[in-house]
Amino acid sequence: MVETVFEPWADPNADPLISFKNVTKRFGDFVAIDDLTLDIFEREFFALLGPSGCGKTTMMRILAGFENLTSGSTLLSGHDIAGIPPNKRAVNMMFQTYALFPHLSVWENIAFGLRRDGVAKDVLHARVEEMLKLTRLEKFGRRKPHQISGGQRQRVALARSLAKAPKLLLLDEPLGALDKKLRQETQFELMDIQEQTGTTFVIVTHDQEEAMTVASRVAVMDEGRIIQVATPEKIYEAPNSVYVADFIGDVNILTGPVRAVGADTYSLDFGGSEPMTAASDRSFAEGVTAHLAIRPEKIGIHAERPEGPNSVQGKVLDIAYLGNLSTYHVQLPNGQIIKAQTANTRRVSRRVFTWEDPVWVSWSATAGVLLDR
Amino acid sequence: MNRLSSFNVVSLTFGFAFLYLPMLILVIYSFNKSKLVTVWAGFSTKWYGELLSNEAFLDAAWVTLKVAMISSSIATVLGTMAAYTLVRGGRFFGRTLFSGMIYAPLVMPEVITGLSLLLLFIGIGMDRGVMTIVLAHTTFSMCFVSVVVSSRLATFDRSLEEAALDLGASPFQAFRLITLPIIAPAVVSGWLLAFTLSLDDLVIASFATGPSATTLPMKIWSSVRLGVSPEINALSSILIGLVASGVIIASLISKRNSVRLRLEERTAERL
Repeated sequence: MVETVFEPWADPNADPLISFKNVTKRFGDFVAIDDLTLDIFEREFFALLGPSGCGKTTMMRILAGFENLTSGSTLLSGHDIAGIPPNKRAVNMMFQTYALFPHLSVWENIAFGLRRDGVAKDVLHARVEEMLKLTRLEKFGRRKPHQISGGQRQRVALARSLAKAPKLLLLDEPLGALDKKLRQETQFELMDIQEQTGTTFVIVTHDQEEAMTVASRVAVMDEGRIIQVATPEKIYEAPNSVYVADFIGDVNILTGPVRAVGADTYSLDFGGSEPMTAASDRSFAEGVTAHLAIRPEKIGIHAERPEGPNSVQGKVLDIAYLGNLSTYHVQLPNGQIIKAQTANTRRVSRRVFTWEDPVWVSWSATAGVLLDR
Repeated sequence: MNRLSSFNVVSLTFGFAFLYLPMLILVIYSFNKSKLVTVWAGFSTKWYGELLSNEAFLDAAWVTLKVAMISSSIATVLGTMAAYTLVRGGRFFGRTLFSGMIYAPLVMPEVITGLSLLLLFIGIGMDRGVMTIVLAHTTFSMCFVSVVVSSRLATFDRSLEEAALDLGASPFQAFRLITLPIIAPAVVSGWLLAFTLSLDDLVIASFATGPSATTLPMKIWSSVRLGVSPEINALSSILIGLVASGVIIASLISKRNSVRLRLEERTAERL
């Protein structure tokens, strides 16, 4: 059976739900968003990922209507939304602090938006009950926000923002206030709810794991610009820059001049005993400086020199035992440290390498990505 | 519980004696049988009885109450609006100047405020009486309301208003349904402050009033100039009693509320 893959961004005829067109936002001299162009499609779970101050929250506030653009335009379903106040937009937002109304019960919090629209009483009642059920809060409708736990408050905030069935739901660091275990559970809940309701979600987060878990596409941002927009898998395995490779997960970067040695194959001299070979779709001119980004789990660690290219000797500097994984920090003769990761698949085993052991690390030619910046 | 050191006991005793001894003496002498204030001649409550039949005092009390009610209510509305604009209005032209100007009357000598109001009322040809006292009291107590309310608004989570807007409320609805109920305690305490300020104001009322209206502090002041009478002591004791019970009730209520809130938050986290 052929399953249709959900990837409207690959279809040139698909109409985006939201388009940012050359959007710039300045606060005084500070450029929060710098000439940014981006399309987000219906039913997407889109993550804006970046360090604090990168402009991701500003983008969300532009969509919600709390910030005006300095230049450029934002379209929602093809209509320019500039000048439409937040209370007239079919966009709802879940706030980082949840912003639950402390003097209203959970039930009234969820009903607030519907009441503003003058929804008929029975419809309103049914909708609020539906939302309570969706977020498993049936028993808590009459409680006030301070009478429920942090995780429940988070669900009330979600229910309240979904109650009006918005075209677009914005989530500003929705899970930031939860502890790790609850956060992981809630991530899956969010995904389920997104799928059930068919709402387009745009989530802002600085937690790369969260973005990778929930999102259909991730935009990595830095200083008001989008560095890369792609599926989580592509972002991880085929980052377009050292910034993205470094921001998402752990990575080793080897830097040096490259030389073509065959079709789509380059050798990179990073200052070790011998140059490394790397395959690349990108072409590089002779002698330019390039960066080879390799994930630690794609590097093998051996006692003897393995067969094949890309082997380099060093000594074990540090071992980080993480339970499921162990990361070895191997120092090369030129001082560079390479991180190699092995999975601890057996419960009881003698650790093969220990501190100061001479070891070989190696990787295949396709294990890393060759980047120009 | 820690035991107090003897130094602490001494300083507490002196401190409280300094604060409350004068009032205590006043209350004790209000029960004096003698008409002479400084001579104790036995216990009696007759001055309280006489007070009730003193038309002039009752009239003055009524005027004072009326003025305090009206002026504190107007001041609360205006002061809240001013506070909201100054805290929420963003950076409009002259904001610093305005917020400075709203605090100026707090430190302005009362005689100056009174005199300038008097000149204004004469200038525009307004008949002085209850109306002018109300206006004068509104003017100076409004700043106090605005200070109380704006300090509450400064710590108010802005995202609550944004959430209301986001859910489709108009800016006015967001204020009425979300902001106002949450800052209500500050608004109420602003009102109470304005009310008490109006109750005990002597200087500004003396300037702003005409022959037709006399407030209680003015009445007390003018009677005392003819000699302190036990009747005044009785009246003052009643005022002390009213104010004290008001303060005690208010603090009991807020104490009970905060204890309940903490308790409920603790149980909520355990669920």
